[in-house]
Amino acid sequence: MSLIDSISLPRSIRLPRADGLIQWIVPLAIIAVWQVASVTGFVPTRVLPAPSDVVLAGWKLLVSGELVRNIWVSFWRASVGFLIGGSIGFAFGLANGLSQLSARLTDTTLQMVRNVPHLALIPLVILRFGIDESAKLFLVALGVFFPIYLNTLHGIRTVDPQLIEMGRIYGMTDGELFRRVIFPGALPSIFVGIRFALGIMWLTLIVAETIAASSGLGYMAMQAREFMLIDVVVLSILIYALLGKLADSASRVLERLTLSWHPAFQKR
Amino acid sequence: MQTALRTSLPETELAGRATFAPHARVVREERQEEHRVQASGLPLSIRGLRKSFGDNEVLRGIDLHIPAGQFVAIVGKSGCGKSTLLRLIAGLDKIDAGSISFGQEIQPEDIRVMFQEPRLLPWARVLANVEVGLGRDRASSDAHARAEKALIEVGLADKRDQWPSVLSGGQKQRVALGRALVSRPRVLAFDEPLGALDALTRISMQRLLERVWRDQGFTAILVTHDVSEAVALADRVLVIEEGRIAHDVTVNAARPRQRGSAELAGLEGSILSHLLSADDRT
Repeated sequence: MSLIDSISLPRSIRLPRADGLIQWIVPLAIIAVWQVASVTGFVPTRVLPAPSDVVLAGWKLLVSGELVRNIWVSFWRASVGFLIGGSIGFAFGLANGLSQLSARLTDTTLQMVRNVPHLALIPLVILRFGIDESAKLFLVALGVFFPIYLNTLHGIRTVDPQLIEMGRIYGMTDGELFRRVIFPGALPSIFVGIRFALGIMWLTLIVAETIAASSGLGYMAMQAREFMLIDVVVLSILIYALLGKLADSASRVLERLTLSWHPAFQKR
Repeated sequence: MQTALRTSLPETELAGRATFAPHARVVREERQEEHRVQASGLPLSIRGLRKSFGDNEVLRGIDLHIPAGQFVAIVGKSGCGKSTLLRLIAGLDKIDAGSISFGQEIQPEDIRVMFQEPRLLPWARVLANVEVGLGRDRASSDAHARAEKALIEVGLADKRDQWPSVLSGGQKQRVALGRALVSRPRVLAFDEPLGALDALTRISMQRLLERVWRDQGFTAILVTHDVSEAVALADRVLVIEEGRIAHDVTVNAARPRQRGSAELAGLEGSILSHLLSADDRT
């Protein structure tokens, strides 16, 4: 209806723009201070290169095509690993949230595995997969699995039982009950899981690429270290920061679109 | 505030009807038709009803006949079993012994319950929440139209596209009433539906309940702890003590009732003294 069009749409577009300017003031100020400190010699360029040098290094790598290729490889690993681990975690979360039998069967096992830091498996993974793609995908998927599993499970278990009773009274079938009551009720919690998982996704990927890879951002940074190219090392770090921010923004947009009913997203 | 509420109801109703303007007469005729055909209340016969939770016997043999279309209020101290009786009538819990019959085969849509909490889906807009009440008819092509009609009945036609979170407590409860009414139930069970509302909203809700009951003719069963609410609304007040019907009081006052009239106050006093004397004995 016209009412929704006039209220919710402009609001969701206007807000990010207004925030957009404010939130970049601090990062830009830091870069400006850093540039001044480098030019005046307060920070030696051997320790930390000037932002202008980093930009120059980025430009060179961009022209050679190396930068885009490495970013693409890392991005591909991150998203495929996230999709695999996320869907398995989501599936287990659903199964264990909806079925007592499934929960009793698998929850204890999963909780035990969860307490092993997944990065501790790197030596084992290298032995098994070598340094090819599957090793990185496996580690990212494993890291992403747990936050999504735990939060999906928690979300489903904390859906208001009064609403479920209401759904049953009004004759909802199991499928309808899931689609109209349980899933929407669990969604806020699932999003918390997704945002945790995005952080873990980058962390895992950086570590895996630094240790065992022949392409990707982590590999680019490690190679630059070998040749003492500090500007490229700093560039990689900055790109990680940007990609992390990008992933977080994407999940926020998704959150805002699907949780528009939630009082927290109804700012005036 | 009270007068504002009172005047706002007919206004929104008019506004709602105005949108149907070309068909206004047709709509009204259809409604009357529906009244005659399906919206009549069902009689209710309860025999030897018992229910226990563990060792605690909550209902100890209830025998009760409610004629079709009667408005019955059930009062009693907390824990006396009044809510349990209502849940059994609505089919929400299993009966241990005895029987409840409605004199004929019934559909799930024929009995609806309204709770103290509105129990609206926070992620569905008001209209969609009312459509939930259609039960198996949710997917039918006239679902929207029927839900809109129910919203007009409870005076919230202008809130159809709002999220429940922006509504006041009284408005949420009116949406819940619309959801309960949309399937044209023949028995409507209320479990302290106004318990969480402030005094003024409560009075306007009581008027609304009385109006829809008179319009639609369903059998109404109201569980409440508020004796004045019971005598203001009901044809008959049942006092439950220790799992049994201790008193069955008929309220003959003419409708619409004048709140605070001597007749109602007298009845209220005598029911209250029943309740309190039971308290003294224990």
